[in-house]
Amino acid sequence: MNADTHAPLLAVNGVTLQYKTPRHLVTATYRIDFSVHQGDRYVILGPSGCGKSTLLKAVGGFMKPVEGAIRIRGKDIVAPGPDRMMVFQEFEQLMPWKTVFQNVLFPMKVTRKFGRAEAKERAEAAIAKVNLAKFRDAFPHMLSGGMKMRVAIARAMALEPDILLMDEPFAALDALTRRTMQQELLSLWEQLRFTVLFVTHSIEEAIIVGSRILVLSPHPGRVRAELDTGRLDYSNIDRPEFGAMSKRIHDLLFANERVKEAATA
Amino acid sequence: MTIDVRHHELAPARPEFEVEPTEAITIGDVERPLSLSERILSNESVQRLMILVVLLVIWEAYARWLNDSLLFPTFTETIRTFWHDIRNGVLINRTLTSLQTLAIGYAAGLACAAVFTTFAVASTTGTRILSTLTAMFNPLPAIALLPLALIWFGLGTPSLVFVIIHSVLWAVALNTLSGFRAVPETLRMSGRNMGLKGARYVGLILIPAAFPSILSGLKIGWAFAWRTLVAAELVFGVSSRSGGIGWYIFEARNDLDTATVFSGLLTVILIGLLVESVIFRAIEARTVNLWGMQR
Repeated sequence: MNADTHAPLLAVNGVTLQYKTPRHLVTATYRIDFSVHQGDRYVILGPSGCGKSTLLKAVGGFMKPVEGAIRIRGKDIVAPGPDRMMVFQEFEQLMPWKTVFQNVLFPMKVTRKFGRAEAKERAEAAIAKVNLAKFRDAFPHMLSGGMKMRVAIARAMALEPDILLMDEPFAALDALTRRTMQQELLSLWEQLRFTVLFVTHSIEEAIIVGSRILVLSPHPGRVRAELDTGRLDYSNIDRPEFGAMSKRIHDLLFANERVKEAATA
Repeated sequence: MTIDVRHHELAPARPEFEVEPTEAITIGDVERPLSLSERILSNESVQRLMILVVLLVIWEAYARWLNDSLLFPTFTETIRTFWHDIRNGVLINRTLTSLQTLAIGYAAGLACAAVFTTFAVASTTGTRILSTLTAMFNPLPAIALLPLALIWFGLGTPSLVFVIIHSVLWAVALNTLSGFRAVPETLRMSGRNMGLKGARYVGLILIPAAFPSILSGLKIGWAFAWRTLVAAELVFGVSSRSGGIGWYIFEARNDLDTATVFSGLLTVILIGLLVESVIFRAIEARTVNLWGMQR
């Protein structure tokens, strides 16, 4: 362990998560440990079924761990709250009865974190930051998928949460839009230096977006590795380091399966 | 069966190329406003009006051919009676009496529905109670309860209000509850993420998100209530001293004044159309249509 004097912003210790389906009790993650520090772009990466989304939901306060603890700034997480704003993969997260501006303003209004005038100013600024100033008064159903996602990001960021939780936010977008959104997210981070916990199943996206990657193995999710990718982003996607990192993660994720295949063969 | 195995030839080599995008001015109009006649003909209310005119012409033609105003008065005769009764105030009085009772019953029905759905949303037991009650009472025609209402509340407005509440309550409660259930999970989580709980969560997230269902519940409830009221007035005639529109129809039938019966029916239809296509259309245009939740 490093001799970091700063306490981590988010500490996840020995967290096991289980949920019930009508027929089964599923263990999603098993004794997960990790910690996220201020300013991290922390990515949780794993194949489907490794419990990464469930883990993010637990950090969001939507479910309680069976064992272990999740603390933010030293306090146990007990319920959902606006200090951990979540950006979901689905587009329905926006309120269809509110315009872009009203959607961004809404959480600031209900939490009363900012004064009326300041909230409006912040909403305008956030919308401008994600390049949607022209669509300020449009309703969500008039926007494309990428634009809806930008609104969701603006809404979350305007509130200035302690940590931004993103659950495969770009997975439902087309490949070109996804690339644009990744770059926009990074340039926003350059300006604002927020802390983000980002869940994805794409190795490439993890390396581009993340400064640290937690690799999980599936069924149930267990920590496989934690990697530092702060120096790698879209600008060096064609460099050998990028390829090497990508291959390393690939091997971490699929090594087990190859062993299994060999055993059954 | 034989499989045709062909020799795979390579596609011919072709040169690569890049071009600058050309200006698209040469196409002409990229966007053109529709002409006035195009807009009028594609307007929904204009189309509906045209259908109405056709129906009226058929009515008039048939009645003239039949030539028996006791069985089937013509459209012009009906309109004359209608206009006459509006001028002397009878029809307006009767209609207002009906609408007043209707407003009380409808409002009371909505209040009851709100209470029931609140319980149903708050707990699973509440949901079970509401769905059982709805399954029991929704198929029960309100008119079938009228004899009972007369025993309990006597002749008069309270009995009418009772049967209207019955006809509104179940339709609205059922629709609201199923609307709440259909709110997407992501939207719910998004609301809870902002720290919304209890009444604020219901008011700020669930109700607007379920508004299409709630609105269709309100429409069904209104139609049931209006129907029930007119039918109930027909059954026990005068309520207190001034009768409603149902009583107006009943009286005219007793006098074998078919044109007046028709003008009463016309009033019932007109009010139904007015509420449906003016009031509810306006609410829809400002809410669910604007929000893209319904086409």
